[in-house]
Amino acid sequence: MASVQHAEGDRRDFLFLATGAAAAVGGAAAIWPFISQLAPDAGTIAAGAPVEIDLASIPAGGQVKILWRGKPYFVRNRTEAEIKSAQDVDVKTLRDPQPDAVRVKEGHAKWLITAANCTHLGCVPLGNQGDYGGWFCPCHGSHFDTSGRIRKGPAPTNLPIPQYTFVSETRIRITGAPTTA
Amino acid sequence: MQGHSHYTPTSGIGKWMDSRLPVPRLVYDSFIAYPVPKNLNYFYTFGAILSFMLVSQIITGVVLAMHYTAHVDLAFNSVEKIMRDVNYGWMIRYLHSNGASMFFIAVYIHIFRGLYYGSYKAPREVLWILGVIIYLLMMATAFLGYVLPWGQMSLWGAVVITNLFSAIPLVGPTIVEFLWGGYSVDQPTLNRFFSLHYLLPFMIAGVVVLHVWALHVTGQNNPTGVEVKDVKKDTVPFTPYATIKDAVGLVFFLVFFMWFAFFQPNYLGHAVNYVPADPLVTPPHIVPEWYFLPFYAILRAITFDINLIIFTIPSKLGGVLAMFAAIAVLAFLPWLDTSKVKSSAYRPLHKQFFWAFVVVCVMLGWLGSKPAEYPYTVLSLIFTGLYFAYFLVVLPLLGLFETPRQLPASIADAVLGKNRGAAPVTAGAAAAPQTKG
Amino acid sequence: MTRFSLRMAAAGLAGLALAASLSPASAAGQVEPPRFNWSWAGVFGTFDRAQLQRGFQVYKEVCAACHGLELVSFRNLAQPGGPGFSTAQAAQIAADWIHKVREIGDDGQPAERTPRLADRIPGPFPNKKAAEAASGGKAPPDLSLMPKARTYERGFPRFLFDIVTLYQETGADYVKAFLTGYEDGHEVPPGTHYNKYYPGNAVAMPNVLQDGQVTYSDGSPQTAKQYAADVTAFLMWTAEPHMEQRKRIGFQVILFLLVLGGLVYFTKKKVWKDVEGHA
Repeated sequence: MASVQHAEGDRRDFLFLATGAAAAVGGAAAIWPFISQLAPDAGTIAAGAPVEIDLASIPAGGQVKILWRGKPYFVRNRTEAEIKSAQDVDVKTLRDPQPDAVRVKEGHAKWLITAANCTHLGCVPLGNQGDYGGWFCPCHGSHFDTSGRIRKGPAPTNLPIPQYTFVSETRIRITGAPTTA
Repeated sequence: MQGHSHYTPTSGIGKWMDSRLPVPRLVYDSFIAYPVPKNLNYFYTFGAILSFMLVSQIITGVVLAMHYTAHVDLAFNSVEKIMRDVNYGWMIRYLHSNGASMFFIAVYIHIFRGLYYGSYKAPREVLWILGVIIYLLMMATAFLGYVLPWGQMSLWGAVVITNLFSAIPLVGPTIVEFLWGGYSVDQPTLNRFFSLHYLLPFMIAGVVVLHVWALHVTGQNNPTGVEVKDVKKDTVPFTPYATIKDAVGLVFFLVFFMWFAFFQPNYLGHAVNYVPADPLVTPPHIVPEWYFLPFYAILRAITFDINLIIFTIPSKLGGVLAMFAAIAVLAFLPWLDTSKVKSSAYRPLHKQFFWAFVVVCVMLGWLGSKPAEYPYTVLSLIFTGLYFAYFLVVLPLLGLFETPRQLPASIADAVLGKNRGAAPVTAGAAAAPQTKG
Repeated sequence: MTRFSLRMAAAGLAGLALAASLSPASAAGQVEPPRFNWSWAGVFGTFDRAQLQRGFQVYKEVCAACHGLELVSFRNLAQPGGPGFSTAQAAQIAADWIHKVREIGDDGQPAERTPRLADRIPGPFPNKKAAEAASGGKAPPDLSLMPKARTYERGFPRFLFDIVTLYQETGADYVKAFLTGYEDGHEVPPGTHYNKYYPGNAVAMPNVLQDGQVTYSDGSPQTAKQYAADVTAFLMWTAEPHMEQRKRIGFQVILFLLVLGGLVYFTKKKVWKDVEGHA
């Protein structure tokens, strides 16, 4: 008699467990679409495909801002003097030590392409300003040099470089967001 | 039913919380220990199903609002963006649009269950009226929501329904302009409809809290209509008994819901609403969503001026008044029904009239979907008359003339009588000598 | 409880039967479209990739002269559940497309450029006014949603059977029938054409599909009927691009709910077992 009751109890426990588990699994699965819909939609992803930019119209010493994936990027045609001042810095003294050579493409030293959001809190710095002739961020006073490196102020790192390639001498193709953004 | 609470917090945190904000006690008393009649059938699971539908509509709706744009030039395409580009957007939108229909299917079953078992009678009048208010808010919410995709039926449905208010003497045209925020249904209208469509569900949730509160004060009615006499014998605790039964009802309701949402998601809608709104072209056949059809039929049934000697009600106003009266009459139901017996199981005549009334409602629904021409207009008038007759003639008189069958002495007796396999009611009644209930 | 639901069903049916007996003949002049067999019908239906590709060809070579497809992007042509073009093919289709993307150039003037994958498929007209001006006052409708935006009246009792038989291709049936529904020898107002399936019969659009007009590369029959079927299938996909995913997930959801329903039901039986009067 006791064993019969025992078996009955087991069966009941198993049924309760199975029902509870099934309901939990179903509930969890039902949540997924509601999380997933928060991600960028297919149209946004497609609109963020690589873009090509024509550099021919930017004069020496000139700079344009382009918008890609809703974010601004600086494209700067540096003068010889600006390149030199960027190269002559002792890298070891920098907060985010990076030689100018790794921030441009080989053979294209005059073209500096960086993200245009300050690495402090995201404002867009003003060009040709600040103590180092590069950029000055008016929000909290960060100074960047002509290589887009942080020299003074609260920003922790240099302006990041997006992934891009030269399609021709005067044309680049932005293929991805900065890896250290 | 409120009795006094048997909740005893066991943990330290439980005790600490209980003397400050006794939410666990409230939950325990309302959804665990709360006694429910042991003879509730599956029609009583629709309260839980409706709660689920309200939550489901709010969740899917909040998500849709994240992607929707309330602008006449963008609304249609933003809905299509949801359908095409947003991850699972098509699923969430179909759950929401079909969810509205399912909400109404559930609420109609819930309402007719109340009518059948006399759940509106003392002491549940306030409970019932709160339900009528929820139903009104649901209709407003559904109408506002249907306008948002800004298809042809959205626009023209909004034009027709807002123009109802122009029938009000003197202030009508001004009211309509205030509803529109302009000289036609246009951008300001769409924008405010979106705002209100977002607001009303939370008002519904508020009234639902009052509805459930009122329910927990009076306790549930039950298929016998006999009140609980002995909590031990007549009731079972809400958890696990009612919870698990509600779960069964809910899961099978979900099967029905999902069949529509996934396999014929546009069956309950109108094809013409996939045509963008165009203020220059009216679709040939404007019909509201199925759940409004009976009232739409009543609206269109009054095709003549009503001469009341002192003044005349023009047919347009007459239709609008009839339609609002058809809903308002529900609120007076507790006092229109004169019978002392609640459940139709013990009211042989009312049972017949109840089913006749169901047929009248179905017929009105069908007539609402038909064009406004002979013979439909005449039939609409006849069935509108029958609709009101049920409330204003049948229910007041029936209580005076009908001889009810003998009620069981208690819920427990009714249940046990059934179990014996004898004729359910008489056996139950015979088993216990009448103690006058 | 059983009696209650039986009576409810009986009452409903009685009402509807009465309704049906009063139902007059459908609107004069409009013929009900015949039913066709569509590959995507039913619970497990899927699109026929080759048919969608042919249908796209018909749209491109015939319909696109007058009708836009503005809710569809070139990238969609390569997405799962669609016509099955590769991304490279879709990009090529975009580059070769017969209409250009219209935008505002750097000089502030209207400019045109070659479409890319991310672009919506450009239609023949820059805007609605241009479409109206070029088409005798009535703009040719956009085709993106056509099979969902058109239907025909099913009436009682068929609309009830449709829930169970899952017949929901009324729109596609109408579109296909419409495309092959032109007839000569009927009196219609000037500037319109007689179509036996069109409500009112007089339609501004002329008969555009002729046998042999589009050259298929897969050996399918090059008849107007085949073109109509193919382009209807393609438009059904543009109207409901996630249909295959929807049906697949729907099947899983319902299967799961039935299993859960069984478990919950037996759990309920166990829970209620000890309540007297309940089995």
